[in-house]
Parts: sequence; C-alpha cells; structure tokens
Amino acid sequence: MPEIAWREALNQALSEEMERDVNVFLMGEEVARYNGAYKVSQGLLDKFGSARVVDAPISELGFAGLGVGAAMVGLRPVIEMMTWNFAILAMDQIVNNAAKLRHMSGGQLRCPIVFRGPNGAGGRLSSQHSQSLEANYAHFPGLKILAPSTPADAKGLLKAAIRDDNPTIFLEAELLYGVKGEVPAGEHVLPIGKADLKRQGKDATVITWSRMYYFAEQAAQLLEQEGIHVDLLDLRTLKPLDEEAILTSVRRTNRVVVVEEGWSFCGLGAQIADLLQQKAFDDLDAPVERVTGLDVNRSYAAVLEKATEVSAERIVAAVKKVMYQEEGT
Amino acid sequence: MATEVQLPALSPTMTEGKIVKWLKKEGDSVSSGEAIAEVETDKSNLEVEAFDDGVLLKILVQEGETGAVGAPIAVIGAKGEKVEASKPAPKPAAPKPAAVQPEERAQRPGGPAQVVPIRRAEERAPAPAPASEDGRLRASPLAKRMAREEGLDLAGVQGSGPSGRIVKRDVEAAMGQVGAAALAPAPRPGSAPPPAPVFGRREPEVLPISGMRKIIAQRMAEVKPGVPHFYVTVDIDMEEAVKVREQAKAAEVKISINDLIVKAAAMALRRQPKVNVSLQGDRLLQFHTADVGIAVAIEDGLITPVIRDADLKSLGAIAAEARELAERARRKALRPEEYSGGSITVSNLGMFGVDSFIAVINPPQASIVAVGAVAERAVVRDGKVVVRKTMSTTFSGDHRVVDGALGAQYLQELKALLEQPTRLLF
Repeated sequence: MPEIAWREALNQALSEEMERDVNVFLMGEEVARYNGAYKVSQGLLDKFGSARVVDAPISELGFAGLGVGAAMVGLRPVIEMMTWNFAILAMDQIVNNAAKLRHMSGGQLRCPIVFRGPNGAGGRLSSQHSQSLEANYAHFPGLKILAPSTPADAKGLLKAAIRDDNPTIFLEAELLYGVKGEVPAGEHVLPIGKADLKRQGKDATVITWSRMYYFAEQAAQLLEQEGIHVDLLDLRTLKPLDEEAILTSVRRTNRVVVVEEGWSFCGLGAQIADLLQQKAFDDLDAPVERVTGLDVNRSYAAVLEKATEVSAERIVAAVKKVMYQEEGT
Repeated sequence: MATEVQLPALSPTMTEGKIVKWLKKEGDSVSSGEAIAEVETDKSNLEVEAFDDGVLLKILVQEGETGAVGAPIAVIGAKGEKVEASKPAPKPAAPKPAAVQPEERAQRPGGPAQVVPIRRAEERAPAPAPASEDGRLRASPLAKRMAREEGLDLAGVQGSGPSGRIVKRDVEAAMGQVGAAALAPAPRPGSAPPPAPVFGRREPEVLPISGMRKIIAQRMAEVKPGVPHFYVTVDIDMEEAVKVREQAKAAEVKISINDLIVKAAAMALRRQPKVNVSLQGDRLLQFHTADVGIAVAIEDGLITPVIRDADLKSLGAIAAEARELAERARRKALRPEEYSGGSITVSNLGMFGVDSFIAVINPPQASIVAVGAVAERAVVRDGKVVVRKTMSTTFSGDHRVVDGALGAQYLQELKALLEQPTRLLF
C-alpha cells in the first residue's frame, strides 16, 4: 500500500468524490489558484475548473452561508476553513442554519455539506490560532463531528462525510498534514460513528482522537516497556460517539484515561467520563483520568506552549494513576 | 482500689455459669490477660481472664457454685488491701452475645477491672482492614461489584488505593486466598481440618414476607405454638453411597455415611434455596451459605457443631472436620461460634439401629433431617422383590416459612444426590 501524507490523502478523497459526483464542489480561501493554504487542494483547480474549485473572499460567514444555500438546493459543498479559529466567524451559519435546516423545514430540506479545515495547535501560533474547538461543535444537535488521526482514516472519513446527507464538521490537525501513512488507493470509505481500536491491551483504556493519537501511541510504547498494556481507542468520530466501542473496552480494562488537545472544562473527555459513570459505573476500578491541554491560553513562546500541551509523559503518568501505581499526573 | 470481677456472658444463651475450678487462689497475683477461673456454661467449659493486674483478694463464688451473668465472682486489688463487706450482688445484667463482648469491654479503658473470656489463639480474627480515617469503607465500583458477585465481605479486605480504597487487585488477592482454601486438598485422615473459608461467604439477606406467608405463619403458630413443625419422609436407596464409602476407604480416606449426608444436605440446600431460610423475629432471612449442623450426643445432652460451607468442601474435608468437632464436643471444648448458626441440621440415630424417627428443629434454623440406619430391606424394583440397602429420612420443616411441597422437593434433591453420589462431585 502506498505511503502518502495526510494532505495527499485528503486531496485523493476530494478528487475522487468530485470525479464520482458532479454536485461536489470545493470553496474556501485560497483553495483554487494558490492550491490551498496547506496544499490540500493541490491540482484540483486544473482538474475540475473554477466552477467547482472556488476561491472565496476573506468572509467566513458569507461563504459558509453560500455553501448552506447550495446544499439546500441539492449540491454537495465542501467548505474549507483556513483554520477552525476563523470558522468562529461562521458559527452562525454552521449552527443556526446548517445544523437546523432539516428540523426547521420539517424534514423538507437536507444539508449535505462538509465544513473542513485545520484544528488545534499549529506550533507557536499563540492563543488566537491554536484552539481545539471540537467540544463547541459537538454541543449542537444536528452536526456530525469527525476527527481522524491517520491519513487512511482521513481519506476514508472525508469521503464518507461528502456522501453523508447531514452537515459534517471535519477536523484536520494542522500539525498532521505532513504525517505519512499507508492509504488504500481508490475507493476507501469508512463508516461514520465507528471508533478504531488501534492497540489492544488489558490494563487500561486510553481514549483519544486526532493528533493526540500519536502522543497516546508514544505513551503506549513507553508503558509497554514497563509491562503495562493499554487499549488505545481512536474515536475518529466524536459525534455520534461510538459508545459501544468505549464500553466494550472499558468493561475489559476497568480503567480509563481520556486524552484531548483542548481544554478540560466542558471538554469531550468530560462527556465520556459522564458516559462511563452512567453506563459502566460498576466496571470502573478507578476514577476516569483526563489528560488535556492546560486551562490557559496557548503561548507564542515555545517553552510556554510546550508546558501547556499534552505529552506522552503526562499520559504515562495518568495510566499509572488509574492503575494505582503512582500518584498525580 | 479493689474492683469486682463479674461473671461474663460466654455464650449467646448463657444466663448463669458454674465455677468449675478456680485457677488462682486468694492472695495470688494476677495479671491482665491471665486466666483465673474455669466456668461451665450451658454449652461448654470456658476460661475467664483478669482484665487488670493485681492480687486476687477474695473469691465470692466458690467452686461448684453458680453465679448469674454480671454478678461479682471475685475481687481484685492491691496487695494487702481490705475488701469491703460484701455488697449485695448486683442484678444480673442481660446476657450479651459473647461475640461482641470482648470488643465492648476493650473499648472501656480505665473502667473497673473486668474479666473477659480467654481468646484462644486460633479464635483471634485477622487484623481488621485499616479503615480510612473517617472509618468508612472505600472501594471502587468495580471492587464492590466483584465482591457482590463473589459473595466477598469487603470489610475483611485491605485496600491498596488512595485513602485505603479497595480496588480490583485487592479483591483478586482476597479471592485468590478463598480459591486456594476452597481448592486445598483434603487433609489426610486424622490431620486437622482446614480452616473454614472466611472470605467468599455471603451474609444472609432479609427477604420481604408476603401477606399470604404472614397469614400462614400466624395460623400455624396458633395450631402449633413455638415452631410449628411438619414432616415429610422418604426412603433412600443407599447402595451407591455405601460403595463410595468403600472406595474412599480403599483410597485411605475415612468417610462415614453421615459425611455423605452432610454434603448432600448442603448441596440440596443450594438447589432448593427456598428451604435455606430462617425466621428470626419478624425478619425472614435468606442464607447464601450452606452450613450444616451435625447433632452430636454428649454426656447429659447433645450439641450441634456446624460444618460451614459443606457444599464447597470435599467429603474428606467434611469427614475430618466432623470427627474433630465431635471429639471436642464430647470434651465440651467447643467454642460458641462453632455451634451457632447454620441452615439445617442432620440428626442421625442410625448407629442405634433406629429405622426412622422425627427430629425437632433447632431454631432459628428452619429445618432438620432425621436419618435412620442403612439397612437391607426388601423393596420392589421393576416388578421384582429385591434386597437393597435403604435408609429412611424424615425432613422436619418450620411451617411458618417452609411448606410441605418445598420439603418434599428438598428431600427429592437429597435422595437424588445420595442415590447417585457421583452428583456430589458437581
């Protein structure tokens, strides 16, 4: 299987879906002539022309709304946000229109639209450009939230998102675009709502998604050297949440660490901890431990940014804590 | 200052005790924890010990005399101290269960000198789990669930988590001990019985009493006051059971027919749990253990030591334990907890050649099984008269909580287990 980078995997998904369905089009800032701020749309303008690969002005609310309108009348827009930090401007269109059109129209309207772009830290981009915003979108009914970790999962889920008849938030990690992995060529569509057990252990379950998967994998390798084996569950889809996969793993391991890049307060890990105390209370041998970005704004200074980020060492400490091997994280 | 030594309650039912022997005489020094007298209770002879250091100044109840529980039997004080004129004996205190006595006494430091029953070394409970600072038992939800499913009492488990929280590994460690005890090989004949497993035993639960059951209990108590008995009798073919005993003998394991009956009685309780109950006051208890009493005739009466968890023990283990208990019963050396509790009793008069008899229930148990001799009898099998080793068994049930059909079903189980004793293996 060929090894390609994340950005190439996304490019494949877009290109294949645009070939497959003439209703699919891509719009966003610098997606056409500049081939994308992160080069995800490399070559697409040449291939599909300016009617289907559209450069938008710097007006997130405007082109998000244009996409919602296009979806209402039968097209399948893919709206690229240069980063999810900028999409905050477009939240009114995303949550007040895209997420609610089906409901407000009594089921007469569908909104098959994908909002995608980089999420989370980009490396010394300071507080306004380093946010992980999945918890915000996960709060609203009517949106599906995808946050894959590997290039193969990214391709398979972006294709699934484009084919889905509901508005989808597709979160890419800015620092992952260059990460390479084996990606199946051609038709590779993954089911939305299915987590992937990327590593099987017995001592604890580490639940994570997106870029944090790589920290968790690194932590799992460190733990393995000490004879501790963890289930590493990559959620891939944050909403709808794959409760079955979570509960199945936790019933086996009895201990849970949730790792997320974003802040702890009202983060997804809190939701997962709630799920566990509701549905797996009697299976828990320790309180659910969370490893998150520290509850402060990201710094520009490298050393300060690093100090507030998730690390493999913090995950290792959290796993040991739920195993009652060490105090504190 | 001189203090009186009061006669302690040494068994749950003791109201008075006879001084069999003074182990110290007046003028002897005594130290805290030292045995000073041997007392005969209603069940066995036990020693009492001094609670304070001093000199035994005066014996108030002489050897052969009887004192009420709580009454002064001696005075301990400083050497040369004058003993005041004997005051009238205080009104006997209500007997307290012996099981809680030592702790109660121990919790009154600085009080008057007391005597407490000698705690034999093997009777000492394992050190209690260090409770958390506020005395609460802390356990993870999983640990609690595991304990519930396995019938483990977490009070005896030491927690290794923060603030003494009991977690999975602690339960597993505790269960490992139980498992090892349950799987321990049967002792060789004559060797000491294995200690009864203390982990893994579930406490009885209180069952709701239905309206119908209340009326049945009332009516039965009107007709037959006390414990209203009913009786069900069945003949059991003992050919196979006798063979088992012979096979065991060939393997140098000495087991009796009664040991087979004890095990079968316990397993039948497991299969008919509705018989495994006890009416205590207005509470109906459901036992989750199968403890079987064995009636042992002793000089001047009888006593019923209990084989705990007889359903879980091998026949060899039951045999060794029964022999040892019976031997100590005859010496009146049983401890109260060894003849308390139990779900059912097996009473066997077979050794006297008795064909069948009816036994009286030993409350608060709800049933008793009376077995006669295994004797060759003419029975009809497939239309022919044949000679078979047969044993008559009569079940007595407490009709307030057990009905005839239930008693019959229990006997069916017992009969099936004894007629095909390989079933005792599963």
